[in-house]
Amino acid sequence: MTASTSSQSSLPRWRRYQPDQQWEAYLFLLPSFAGFLIFVAVPVVASLALSLFEWSLLSPPEFVGFKNYTQLLSSDMVFRKVLVNTFYFIVTIVPLQLAFGLLLAVALNQGLRGLEVYRLIYFMPVVTTIVAAALVFQWFFNRDFGILAAAIWEFGAETGIPIRPPDWLNDPDWAKPAVVILTLWKNTGFTMVIYLAALQGVPTELYDAAKVDGASAWQRFRSVTFPMVSPTTFFLMVIQMIGAFQLFSEAFVMTQGGPANATLTIVYYIYQMAFEFQRMGRGAAVAWVLFIFIFIFTLVQTRLQRRWVHYEAGGES
Amino acid sequence: MTTTTTTPPTTTTPAAIRPGAAPRPPFKVGHLALHVALILGSVAMLLPFGWMLATSLKSPPQIFTYPPSLVPNPVVWRNYLDTVQAMPFGRFYLNSLFVAVSVTSLQILTSSLAAFAFARLRFRGREALFLVYLATLMIPFHVTMIPNFILVRYLRWFDTFYALIVPTAFSVFAVFLLRQYFRGIPVELDEAARMDGASSFRIWARVIMPLSGPVLAALTIFVFLGSWNDFLWPLVVSNSHATRTIPVGLATFRGQYNTDWHLLMAGSVIALLPVLLVYVFAQKRFVEGITLSGMGGR
Repeated sequence: MTASTSSQSSLPRWRRYQPDQQWEAYLFLLPSFAGFLIFVAVPVVASLALSLFEWSLLSPPEFVGFKNYTQLLSSDMVFRKVLVNTFYFIVTIVPLQLAFGLLLAVALNQGLRGLEVYRLIYFMPVVTTIVAAALVFQWFFNRDFGILAAAIWEFGAETGIPIRPPDWLNDPDWAKPAVVILTLWKNTGFTMVIYLAALQGVPTELYDAAKVDGASAWQRFRSVTFPMVSPTTFFLMVIQMIGAFQLFSEAFVMTQGGPANATLTIVYYIYQMAFEFQRMGRGAAVAWVLFIFIFIFTLVQTRLQRRWVHYEAGGES
Repeated sequence: MTTTTTTPPTTTTPAAIRPGAAPRPPFKVGHLALHVALILGSVAMLLPFGWMLATSLKSPPQIFTYPPSLVPNPVVWRNYLDTVQAMPFGRFYLNSLFVAVSVTSLQILTSSLAAFAFARLRFRGREALFLVYLATLMIPFHVTMIPNFILVRYLRWFDTFYALIVPTAFSVFAVFLLRQYFRGIPVELDEAARMDGASSFRIWARVIMPLSGPVLAALTIFVFLGSWNDFLWPLVVSNSHATRTIPVGLATFRGQYNTDWHLLMAGSVIALLPVLLVYVFAQKRFVEGITLSGMGGR
């Protein structure tokens, strides 16, 4: 068998494929490829074409060229707000999520008892349905009867500090932090578990050597832990950023994008355009802008990673 | 490294001293502070669940009293009865279960067949086709959502299970994950089977799939949970109780009972309970499934 394959490799490339395997392979691929073609590949092209049209599904589509894009980027004030909101969510959610996740993972990696119980609890929000989670948080943030507001009132009354709970979900300045808090609660367990796996891969000899050199706990964290988990940090940063770009359910259920569009996100805007205003072309254009943003941000991060991500094989300077 | 004499030797020694004993983490004072912090964090994580459960068992007057309490008094079990009478949550369960089971099994079937071809069979255009697959991994679902919606309407699948199941029965990501795993299985195993006259299909069914237990388990949990919790696509294509899944049903319920928090929270408990129960008993598998798949390159 091996002899025949090695003699085959001296044949021209196209003759190496066994004809029977060729057809067999296509049969194996068929179910997946048919689905891929119909529900992914063709829709990608269709969506690009669609974004050049104005189409309500009721009247025939009308070709408008790049108007959907130019209007979005020049005169659409709501979309501008959507981009500002998205930027806010990225710069808050991503770093906070990584910081909390790493902090928890480092704490749990100290050989504590009860690791399984802590992991069970912190990971629990990850498996919960986002709709239910967003509903509870809406009630949780209620200014008059919510438990968070009550805790703040009581804290103020006990300590004499004159603080009042904000009207979280009706105040444009506070609705965004509410979405951030919900997202952190929901996803930090995931970040923690991924970091925990990375930490368990750090060789203990490195810590022993650092201790011998008299490094303090903080120094060990900074010069051993942080560089050793930096590939994980990079990975999490990219996927959390993509996740923050794609926020939808949190805002849709908890704040309905408001107040005053303060929590309207890109995906929410796609949803509004296509399924509330019946503007399929405009919706597709927003989706492409989303993709382009994700693409650019991922590309930039991939470029920047060379400066700070430490890969064991030859990354050492 | 002569200074090693001052440091305690490796951690393997205590286990060697008392063979058979499981190495228990020693108790340290510094750990106490960590425990305090972690317990506070745990309370914060569990508080929304507690608040949900407490509210679901209160009467409306109890809900709208200040200060709010985490202990309902009296306990109003009737809320649950009222909730399932107001909304067919049983039907939503069945819908969710049917959709999630179908999507998971179809996705694993189609993806493992394709992954087998990519990992094991030789055919013209293999690498090119795989690259095309990979390239689409980066494209967000939202780009293809609107054309898919139009296609579903055109096929008259709107508000049917076809719309919920068929477009998600394929996954580029699953193909990618499984191909990576299949490539790690020694080729000698299928070559031996082939010499015994086994067909490719038989090798897929009898050699590759049985040896892929861990990755299949992880993928099953990941896909099932993703389908069970999926919100945007079902929201877009279902329009009646006959097809609404749990998340969409719960959102619809909210639309109709906007301020009946006791009912909404009872509905949320009903929506969460099965997943949380399974999770508590199979925590390890859940965490492994989600992290393994999550790390797979998404």
